[in-house]
Amino acid sequence: MRCRYACGSAEHELGRRAFLRQSGRGVAGMGLAGLVSGLGGMVTGTPAVADAMRRGGKQILNIFLHGGVSQLETWDPKPNTDTGGPFRTIATTVPGLHLCELLPCTARQMHRLAVVRSLDTKNGDHARGVVEMTTGRKQMPGADFPHLGAVSAKALLPDSFSLPAHILIRSSPGKRNVESEFHKAAYLGPRFASMAIYDCKPPQLATGPTSSADGNLDQLRNDLRRSLNQRFAGRRRTADTEAYNFTFDQARDLLAQSDVFRIERESMADQERYGGSEFGRHCLLARRLLEHGVPYVQVNHADYDTHHENFDFHIEQLGEFDQPFARLVEDLAERGLLETTVVCVMSEFGRTPKINKTYGRDHWGTAWSVVMGGAGVQPAAVIGRTNANGTQVTDREVDHGHIFHTILRAVGVDSGGEFQVGGRSFPIADPARKPIEELLA
Amino acid sequence: MTNESAMPVDPRKLELVRELGHDRPLTACHWEPGSRFLYCGAEDNLVHRWELASGTRTAMAAHDSWVRAFASSPNGEFLYTGGYDGRLITWSAAAENPVPLRAIEAHDGWIRALAISGDGRYLASCGNDRQINIWDAASGARLQSLRGHTTHVYQLIYAKDARRIFSCDLRGVVFEWTVESGVGRELVTVKALHEYDTTFRADIGGARCVAARSDGEQIALGGISNVSNAFAGIGEIVVALLNSQSGKIDQVLQAKDKTQGTTWGVAHHPDGFWIGVSGGAGRGWLYFWKGDESHEFHRVELKHDGRGMSLSPDRRQLAVAHADMQLRIYAIGGP
Repeated sequence: MRCRYACGSAEHELGRRAFLRQSGRGVAGMGLAGLVSGLGGMVTGTPAVADAMRRGGKQILNIFLHGGVSQLETWDPKPNTDTGGPFRTIATTVPGLHLCELLPCTARQMHRLAVVRSLDTKNGDHARGVVEMTTGRKQMPGADFPHLGAVSAKALLPDSFSLPAHILIRSSPGKRNVESEFHKAAYLGPRFASMAIYDCKPPQLATGPTSSADGNLDQLRNDLRRSLNQRFAGRRRTADTEAYNFTFDQARDLLAQSDVFRIERESMADQERYGGSEFGRHCLLARRLLEHGVPYVQVNHADYDTHHENFDFHIEQLGEFDQPFARLVEDLAERGLLETTVVCVMSEFGRTPKINKTYGRDHWGTAWSVVMGGAGVQPAAVIGRTNANGTQVTDREVDHGHIFHTILRAVGVDSGGEFQVGGRSFPIADPARKPIEELLA
Repeated sequence: MTNESAMPVDPRKLELVRELGHDRPLTACHWEPGSRFLYCGAEDNLVHRWELASGTRTAMAAHDSWVRAFASSPNGEFLYTGGYDGRLITWSAAAENPVPLRAIEAHDGWIRALAISGDGRYLASCGNDRQINIWDAASGARLQSLRGHTTHVYQLIYAKDARRIFSCDLRGVVFEWTVESGVGRELVTVKALHEYDTTFRADIGGARCVAARSDGEQIALGGISNVSNAFAGIGEIVVALLNSQSGKIDQVLQAKDKTQGTTWGVAHHPDGFWIGVSGGAGRGWLYFWKGDESHEFHRVELKHDGRGMSLSPDRRQLAVAHADMQLRIYAIGGP
């Protein structure tokens, strides 16, 4: 019995192919099971929403400092107070704006960036913080919202784009449980979930089987597969068979563009400029992916969970962060990409103003900071304020919801709009929050 | 100028005799050779001088960050302080309101430790710029910069003959430097003093305190060992005894019950035992080791976590800088 797979119109056919192409991107790091299960919920944006969202060439770079970076050792220093710690401040390229002395390179890029110093996210739990900062929603039992990367991929993905739209660059997790760091697409379906790149190694599909060295043999094999598939699909085409087909198409696309993931293709001079650290290599790869038009790139840097000897470890970790991040911002600006790319540096929360008995700082969501910049963001802005020793927000309190809205608005997405998924409407961002208007250019 | 007592002491008769309070957590303490003053660093960018006879505290302001490194001239006339601001300051110690006699931008980054030669002529400093600088104590002139460490230099100490300096960095690498030539050699890596936490991808370790045995034959390096979680400070207190002649580790001193924390202060008592103070997850303790056995022969729980320790010139009292803002003085009783 023939499966009535679709109405057969050209418009539907195009949408279905695009859907499947994107599904496979999301599944590249997830396995086929995730792809197949994700096919149950077709996602369609209303034309008006889709048009509004697909602003040409806009991209997002999110740097996530895992573990909870200290706002006092970065963006909101309080030197010579009971909570300030041992570090001094340094001037930046923005008159009157000072950062912690651990960020000398970043300080020279602050005219391109903005600081929000007034987050109160009322949370001190790692997993919850990661979820809330990257979904813009309060975590609640039974509620599952898509990651910023998934939302961005859906909103910003060009129709003809053949690379994954939502890429996470991170260290290999090793033995660590990183379930909370996976980028879920929730109701948007797995096609918008992240494809992870570990330790700057190209994704597995991009490296291909060893036999691929013989291009002619591969071509013959694919032609045969396609021919058989077409015969099969003519009588028994299902979503599952399309998913299998896509997996092969995805592999072929990635193989054809595997160079995109190889930072060794960058000049030696650039590789040296970004330094030899893993985070430096990740930032260079992020630049490369953004130059190739990937709509959402996230780079994770770990770890900042400094309950013990916070100051020593922030020297160590921010020493890795500062130069590559500043280089990346500078390069994006010089190449014109900062005009179309929103840059954000976030964490799951900040760290306690109170210094504990082992020179550590603990979890703290009450008064902390996020940095943004680039497309649509007012450069050199300083939003909000904390009190003299950083224990409270005293002006313009915001939370993860406001940041989520603001990032999307900065790339031209109507964050007050809705996604249509399987006939249901889902607000793109938390309807109870709004963008930080004064931060938008 | 020391005033060592001929009367032996017994650590089992330790008694808390005095508490000097401040309004910020303390970071270090230093008993000057004349016994008139005790100095402290705190989480407030100041140097605090307590006159012991009166209990008067005088705040000495000139640093722009925390201070954890102290040294005194042999007669106690001058105090030298090294701050996390990289500044090396010389003070007239006994002035009613001490002001800096000299301030030198000595290091790029934190100064972590100071050491003075036995004759008081030379001062050595080390810090996060991986350097050791040797200064003419009288003029403040920099005589040498010693480079060889590849990570932050945490501690240093002069050998008894003042011809050599031993230094230890974050990764537990010990260098021996010949002062006259400025030549250094990597002596040993004290594995007990360093871990690379693969989960958090960070180094933890280094010598957090240093002291020489009274005869100069051993150098004690204290810190944290067997770290299973760097960012939570889950590790055990440790002191490694380095043979200053052979360059080998003679003994590793630990706590019988594997107390969690860091050894923040160490001293050798001329009666033949080592003293260590700890703070951390396992709370604050004073440990007493004989040196030929790895486990302590006695220990005393403190009221709070220790962050620094200094033995009095007469070797009959111990000062401990605490995280709870108290400087506590303990008398080591007689037999």
